[in-house]
Amino acid sequence: MLQIALAIVIGAAFGTVLDRIGATNPNWIGRMLNLTNLHLMKTILLAIGVASVLLFGGQMLGLVEVAHMSVKTAYVGVFIGGIMLGLGWALAGYCPGTGVCALASGRIDALFFVAGGLLGAAAYMLSYPFWADLGMLEGEKWTLGAVPGADYPAAIPTLQGDLAGIAVGAAFIVIAFILPKRIKGRRAPLGGAETPAE
Amino acid sequence: MVLNWKWGGLLLGLVFFIAVLLVKPIGVSTQFVILDGIGWDIQSPDVVTQTEDGYTSTNAYLAKSDGKYAASVANPLNYSFVFVGAMMLGAGLSSVLRGGVPKGEYMVPALWRANFGGNVLKRWIAAFVGGFIVLYGARLAGGCTSGHMMSGMMQTSVSGYIFALGAFMAAFPAAIYLFNREA
Repeated sequence: MLQIALAIVIGAAFGTVLDRIGATNPNWIGRMLNLTNLHLMKTILLAIGVASVLLFGGQMLGLVEVAHMSVKTAYVGVFIGGIMLGLGWALAGYCPGTGVCALASGRIDALFFVAGGLLGAAAYMLSYPFWADLGMLEGEKWTLGAVPGADYPAAIPTLQGDLAGIAVGAAFIVIAFILPKRIKGRRAPLGGAETPAE
Repeated sequence: MVLNWKWGGLLLGLVFFIAVLLVKPIGVSTQFVILDGIGWDIQSPDVVTQTEDGYTSTNAYLAKSDGKYAASVANPLNYSFVFVGAMMLGAGLSSVLRGGVPKGEYMVPALWRANFGGNVLKRWIAAFVGGFIVLYGARLAGGCTSGHMMSGMMQTSVSGYIFALGAFMAAFPAAIYLFNREA
């Protein structure tokens, strides 16, 4: 029962924050991905950095249970699936979490995203043996360094995992601060507005 | 209208941290499979069945990892499934409190309209196709933007970096190509 209460409180907080940072708005996703406004990218980078520093700092101080970590397996399909998600993300302006939240926020096109998503997930359920037989789903649950108290294999065994986590988290925070708001060239001036007077 | 990135990033980071501190890392895309499974199991009840020490399924994907997904299909009142429902509740309330999605925006978003016009059916088809590719990809990858990119990279998991590389390698060129006009 406590688990369900936590699901409601943390889930509602997550949905609220996603809505308030503009992640449920496909315009903000599109502007981030076409590099014309990286405000949301700065938000996400800072969030990953803050979460990482708190997680590994908390572990070093003994305040966070290492067993609560859950590292996913790295395999070839992660990369292929990432490319697919990236294409659909750009096209629709939604990812799974922001899509369901956008639907709840009152966007009708998100309903079609979620419907397509349910069909896509069903298609994967049926085609799972194909990918498994190809050996695309084989891998290890690597972390960057060796995290004390965890059983995950380390990609760089000599690296201390919790310190690495704090360092990488700090790097994310720094990148969030120095990333420019806009990368793509300036907006083309509207016709005639900038024509110099003769 | 949207939170400044410093406040927004801090709050979002706190939510991801608190989730791991109290329970486990946040993830969303698995629940699309669980909802599919629930619907499928209502249609044909022998898809998910109880065994001596848990649940299994005639579908290999639901049956994998000792029937972990099959168990969630059989008991929808579990942490991860309720979590996604609560996300929707939170986003819905937040939207109501800020006055909702503006008219002329909730059918066809402004950036889409600037590049592809106001045809509703065109936008819905694009959203549907996008949803299909996103969830197929997320399940192949074993996670999505939340589970791999955010939760994964905050834990320094290698799969998170690989996923983010693939996703952004595809998403940046695609969005630059699709959304040339700004709005």
